[in-house]
Amino acid sequence: MTTLTMFRRELSSYFSSPVAYIVILAFLGVTHWLFFRTFFLISQSSLRPFFALLPWIFLFLAPALTMRAWAEEKKLGTLEVLMTFPVRERDAVLAKFLAAFAFLAITLCLTLSLPLTVLIVGSPDPGPIWGGYLGACLMGGAYLAIGLFASSLTENQIVAFILAIVLCFALLVIGEDVVLFSMPAALVPACSWLGLGAHFESIGRGVVDSRDILYYLTVTGFFLFLNQLALESRKWR
Amino acid sequence: MIDVTSISKSYGSTRAVRDISFHVAKGEVLGFLGPNGAGKSTTIRILTCFIPSDSGSASVAGFDVNSAAIEVRRRIGYLPENNPLYMEMGVLEYLRFVAGMRAIAPQQRSQSVRRVVELCGLGPMAAKTIGELSKGFRQRLGLAQALIHDPPILVLDEPTIGLDPHQIIGMRSLIRDIGREKTVILSSHILPEVSATCDRVLIMSKGRIAGTGTPAELAAMARSGQELLVSIRADRESVEAALRDLPFMTSVTHLAETGGLHRYSLRCESCEDAGERIFRAAVDNGWSLAELQRTAINLEEVFLDLTTREAPR
Repeated sequence: MTTLTMFRRELSSYFSSPVAYIVILAFLGVTHWLFFRTFFLISQSSLRPFFALLPWIFLFLAPALTMRAWAEEKKLGTLEVLMTFPVRERDAVLAKFLAAFAFLAITLCLTLSLPLTVLIVGSPDPGPIWGGYLGACLMGGAYLAIGLFASSLTENQIVAFILAIVLCFALLVIGEDVVLFSMPAALVPACSWLGLGAHFESIGRGVVDSRDILYYLTVTGFFLFLNQLALESRKWR
Repeated sequence: MIDVTSISKSYGSTRAVRDISFHVAKGEVLGFLGPNGAGKSTTIRILTCFIPSDSGSASVAGFDVNSAAIEVRRRIGYLPENNPLYMEMGVLEYLRFVAGMRAIAPQQRSQSVRRVVELCGLGPMAAKTIGELSKGFRQRLGLAQALIHDPPILVLDEPTIGLDPHQIIGMRSLIRDIGREKTVILSSHILPEVSATCDRVLIMSKGRIAGTGTPAELAAMARSGQELLVSIRADRESVEAALRDLPFMTSVTHLAETGGLHRYSLRCESCEDAGERIFRAAVDNGWSLAELQRTAINLEEVFLDLTTREAPR
């Protein structure tokens, strides 16, 4: 129940700050512009160009959403109030994550204008569209977990933002072909599995493989666990 | 209600709290008094389960702060130092949030919020955003936050810091009212504050407890010695020698000289007729005595005495 209370506060705090609206507008502006810019030229009724961009757009969107989460609590000192309520760190982390995730889901809903347009002008294959949105949620969750972890390491939102971008970027490019190519062969399978993007692509093809889902849930869970440890670290310092 | 047994806590090489033990009875209002950096906030953070101690044990309402932190937190209302609040939230919205975090049943939350709004005099501010409140009302809101679940124990870290004198008076009387029903720990570096609100005072210095007693006991401790100010027109050396010879005198300090008139501060053991005997000494030695004044040592000086005293070891 406390998790629910905290989730509600977190979500409404997104909407009471102008940052969230700016982030939404920027996200919608960029995605719509990049999509429609080529949509009528290629005259291909698919959302693939939109989904192909998402891993790169999330690279900035997710850290912008999460940078405030813990950094501000630390800076204002409200973390001390929060952590002396009868709440476990784990539940607090979960509440923050779910709120960020809900916000991201709302943002993704606002891009439904894209599939609607495609549906009106053509007859796309629905599989990749459903898969793309499912993948976007899963991948977005992983990005947000990384962003929350970065935010829990510092009092400074800008540091949290940049650290989150660096971490997400590292985990994204590690699975890119260019990087894999220059790597010792022994590391290639592991790194290509670790990459954030490849699993999204395979879900985005409309093939929902439980291994890809498991991958995102593992990454999300791992960084949320690190986040919990970072919160608890005040106890062993 | 609260039992603390030889707790210590270090931050790196800084030893914030060193081997502190104390007990707080049910219904008692205990004041932690000490300068900044004395270890007050660290002790409070250990009691409120924000950080654990390195060694020693503490229990609150029968629950250990390390092994039953959640149970301890349920029973404590806590106003941290500097009263951190979410500035963008509304007053009632914030209190409802706290009520939820305190796991008050949804149907009772409005009632709990109404109770603390009334208790802390927040009524006129209920419709405002926290960022719009004056410092005094923010502090009241912080107190309301700490009281919303009607905890048996209230812990207030520097509750009047940054308030104007009028607000301080309001805050103190509020704390006194609450102290009638609850066990309260409050910290302060201002003496009149603890003597105005507390049943008992723990004086802390450099991570240790430097003294303890009721405000009256501390005052009596101070009065057991007394200070006299005298101005004498005579040769300084012979005066000092003669004064030191008086049996009850503990110290003679030369303060100033203006045109042959020397001013001294005299510390004496408790002695009713000290003034009279100094006067007689002046007459006997043929000094001209221009001033003889007894100053009551106030708590402020006890505090300075206690916290500047070198720790044993």
